[in-house]
Amino acid sequence: MYAYDWSSIPGALPYLYQGMVRTLQITGVAIALGVVLGTLIAVARLSKNSILSNLAALYVNGFRSVPLVMVLLWFYLLVPQLISSLIGHPGFDIRLLSAFVAFALFEASYYAEIIRAGIQSVSGGQVSASLALGMTGGQTMRLIVLPQAFRRMIPLLLTQAIILFQDTSLVYVIGLAEFFGVAYNTGNRDGTLVELLLFAGAVYFVICFGASMLVRVLQKKFAS
Amino acid sequence: MIAIKNISKWYGEFHVLKQCSTEVSKGEVVVVCGPSGSGKSTLIKCVNGLEAFQEGEILVDGISLSARKTNLPKLRARVGMVFQHFELFPHLTVVQNLTIAQCKVLGRGSREATEKALKLLELVDLAAHAQKFPAHLSGGQQQRVAIARALAMDPIAMLFDEPTSALDPEMIKEVLDVMVKLAEEGMTMMVVTHEMGFAREVADRVIFMDQGQIVEDRTKVDFFNSPGTDRAQQFLSKILSHRAQG
Repeated sequence: MYAYDWSSIPGALPYLYQGMVRTLQITGVAIALGVVLGTLIAVARLSKNSILSNLAALYVNGFRSVPLVMVLLWFYLLVPQLISSLIGHPGFDIRLLSAFVAFALFEASYYAEIIRAGIQSVSGGQVSASLALGMTGGQTMRLIVLPQAFRRMIPLLLTQAIILFQDTSLVYVIGLAEFFGVAYNTGNRDGTLVELLLFAGAVYFVICFGASMLVRVLQKKFAS
Repeated sequence: MIAIKNISKWYGEFHVLKQCSTEVSKGEVVVVCGPSGSGKSTLIKCVNGLEAFQEGEILVDGISLSARKTNLPKLRARVGMVFQHFELFPHLTVVQNLTIAQCKVLGRGSREATEKALKLLELVDLAAHAQKFPAHLSGGQQQRVAIARALAMDPIAMLFDEPTSALDPEMIKEVLDVMVKLAEEGMTMMVVTHEMGFAREVADRVIFMDQGQIVEDRTKVDFFNSPGTDRAQQFLSKILSHRAQG
């Protein structure tokens, strides 16, 4: 029988904590930028301008048709070159920036679809009422439609955020020390890979399951 | 005030409005009635450009709706509209429903807008509900808020699209009372409704529509005493006898 050796975990906790901070950083940035960009894309996709709506559709379908790992690698190879050609060698960790960009752009395509459905769930009568008061199309979208759409979308947006939180573990392919990467490297170094990965899995489970419960509570609250 | 000239509209092959022409003068109350599908709601939505039309012209206060240089939002801000399903903004409180367009469209300060809103809520007898959300009000109360919201823009005319059709019978009166009050104060009104009692009380003219055409356009007295067409006659006898039984 395999003898579990948990002794290396306490010593690894500070590193794991730093890894978790990085994970949350990537998640937070990707949500913030992804929602903003996703909203713009959703509005563009619903636009009457066919060039705009086709471009938005191309974006969404493009990103949803390739694996996230591939997008991460592309941007890892692309963003550093782009930046150093623009401003010379930057003084910061370029891998983190490329991860931010890749996640934000990738998640935007998923958020765009959620937000588009949210916008479409707001009735045409609301738009008519707003226009009848003299508000412009832009004001109607910003002040009347989007606030209602987001309220309805919160559970779905949070569910997507949970998926995103788990997906950040993929940045190990570009050697960034987020939570999963730290656990993996520490385990490898100390020869306790199984224990570290079990522990990391438990942490992911607790956080994601807790967040899912929260989503369920919110869903009930919004349904009533 | 409102001039509708030879308006025609198609939904694909379907001819919804056929060469409709009429006028509403300042201070006049015009009731538009007719069987469902006759195009009356479509016609009234054309008046503030919520529905487009393919032929003809509509002038509001001398400004053509279809002219390219017309600023449609600006024109709409001057014409109040009340909808069948109220369409209050559910994410805003009652008072915010009344102030949002005042602030964002007319550029009023929030204090001035709130003052105006509270005054109008008093007029529709809902001052006590200012801080509530629309979902916590009854249908009749919501519709009165919707009327107040339109009035907050100081409109030169008011359009009503079946304002009582979605209401329970006991709430119809409270909404009609507000509309009668408005009419008596001299508001220019175009009202799509089946409430013939309202038409009898305050209308100056009655327009009867059928299959996309304005079949009759006459003074109230003429319309009720001697409808000029069989179709209007039939329609009237149907809804009036139904009311009597009900």
